[in-house]
Amino acid sequence: MIQYIKDILSGIKNLLLGMKITMINFIRKPITECYPENRGVKVYSPRFRGELIMPHNANNEHKCTGCGICQMNCPNGTITVKTKQVEIGDGKTKKVLDQYLYDLGSCTFCGLCTMGCPQKAIVWSNNFEHSVYRREKLVNQLNREGSKQEEKKPVTPPTVEKKVEAPKAEETKDVNPNNQ
Amino acid sequence: MLELDNLVSNVHTGLMEALPHWAALTIEYILIGVLMLALYCVLALILIFLERKICARFQCRLGPNRVGPWGSLQLIADMVKILLKEIVKISKSDKILFFTALFLALIGSLCTFGALQFGKGLAGIDFNVGIFYVLAISSLGVVGILLAGWSSNNKYTLIGAMRSGAQLISYELSAGLSILTMMILAGSLNISDIINGQAHSWYIFQAPLPALVAFIIYLIAGHAETNRGPFDLPEAESELTAGYHTEYSGIQYGMFYLAEYLNMFIIAGIATTVFLGGWQPFQINADWAAGFNGVMSYIPSYIWFFGKAFMLVLLSLWVRWTFPRLRIDQLLHLEWKILMPISLVNMLVMAVWVVLFF
Repeated sequence: MIQYIKDILSGIKNLLLGMKITMINFIRKPITECYPENRGVKVYSPRFRGELIMPHNANNEHKCTGCGICQMNCPNGTITVKTKQVEIGDGKTKKVLDQYLYDLGSCTFCGLCTMGCPQKAIVWSNNFEHSVYRREKLVNQLNREGSKQEEKKPVTPPTVEKKVEAPKAEETKDVNPNNQ
Repeated sequence: MLELDNLVSNVHTGLMEALPHWAALTIEYILIGVLMLALYCVLALILIFLERKICARFQCRLGPNRVGPWGSLQLIADMVKILLKEIVKISKSDKILFFTALFLALIGSLCTFGALQFGKGLAGIDFNVGIFYVLAISSLGVVGILLAGWSSNNKYTLIGAMRSGAQLISYELSAGLSILTMMILAGSLNISDIINGQAHSWYIFQAPLPALVAFIIYLIAGHAETNRGPFDLPEAESELTAGYHTEYSGIQYGMFYLAEYLNMFIIAGIATTVFLGGWQPFQINADWAAGFNGVMSYIPSYIWFFGKAFMLVLLSLWVRWTFPRLRIDQLLHLEWKILMPISLVNMLVMAVWVVLFF
């Protein structure tokens, strides 16, 4: 009999505990994001993978050397790197990037391309509004018209290099939105 | 000033003077029937909207917010959708019972709804065994549910209907016992008398201990009778697809849905009538509180009724979105081994209380 009453009382206590927890959630602000209204207000994590972009600096220069590691890394054949040979004088030729084609339709956003890139020439942007009316429009050319490869920095001691690197990173960030 | 009883009696006397007795009565019956049906449907829409919004808040969501301001037109859109849907005909079902069942469920809840008193002078029917009538007619719904499950010729509906039958018949007992406990205090089965007896102090304050226990037991048992919340195992979607209304579609399903939501309101309404003073305002039975009592009396009676009923509906929603579903053996254990013994003891306590203090 005593056990029976004890059971009932502990049951009531536990039920009230559960109701308290739901009431705390009831009073809490809803976590729902109203999407089209919060455009430009909501801040996404920098690690959020929206789409692949190739940052260009103010002189319309990118960092891609056309090595093709990203193309080889890509499990889906999403990336096609087309290169061409150009004369650079003295009878020498150099391989430069002609077209960097990125098929958004088959990208799984695994990130193997950006991880493997030795020049950090391609990065992820936060833009996720990709919808288009035709499938062909999903294939984008990431390097801009008339862009060329950035001149390599002269080899400098590590102390100086740090100073040079820091503003450069900011510069590329600033350029990012232009490319989206 | 804002009460509607003068309007109602004016309409009544006007009709009686202008028309012969039988014609006036016919018009009044039709008028009340139409008003009740309209109120029934409007309340169902409000309740469904309330449920969706409140359930969303319990889950930290926003709920419907796209159609109309705060999503208020979402329910109209859903209603139009459900009206336009095809009514699937089941070839191997018992057709007559299949179509009768949903009307039985709906009539059960509509007749109970008609017996509620929504405000001063706003009672559809009022006679000397009102509460008894309410308890009796609300049990008609279980016949509808059993028939729906049986006639659909489907294993899920049959299991759901059998569970529902076991559940409703069991919980009818504690609901009836807790109402009976309050009837000892009220000394009448007439709903008007019950409400008038609470003019100075609600029954839950007149006999605090037994009335509070009866109130909680009635809320639990009534909640179980609506087939909602932790007691929704007649339609347990994870195991029985939709229980007794699996085979119903379109507006037929809509009727079960309507009856379910209105049953929630009816339970809240009966609890309001019996425990919380119906449409009576909150009064403090003391000389110093005359001003406070006057202010409370100024609020129209129907606002008091709907306010109290919606508070109880909110409590019901809170419970519904908090607790996990019971198993059938746990359900019967709760009723037969916990609620019913407590109700019986509580009735004894109430009898002693009435003998000692009244």
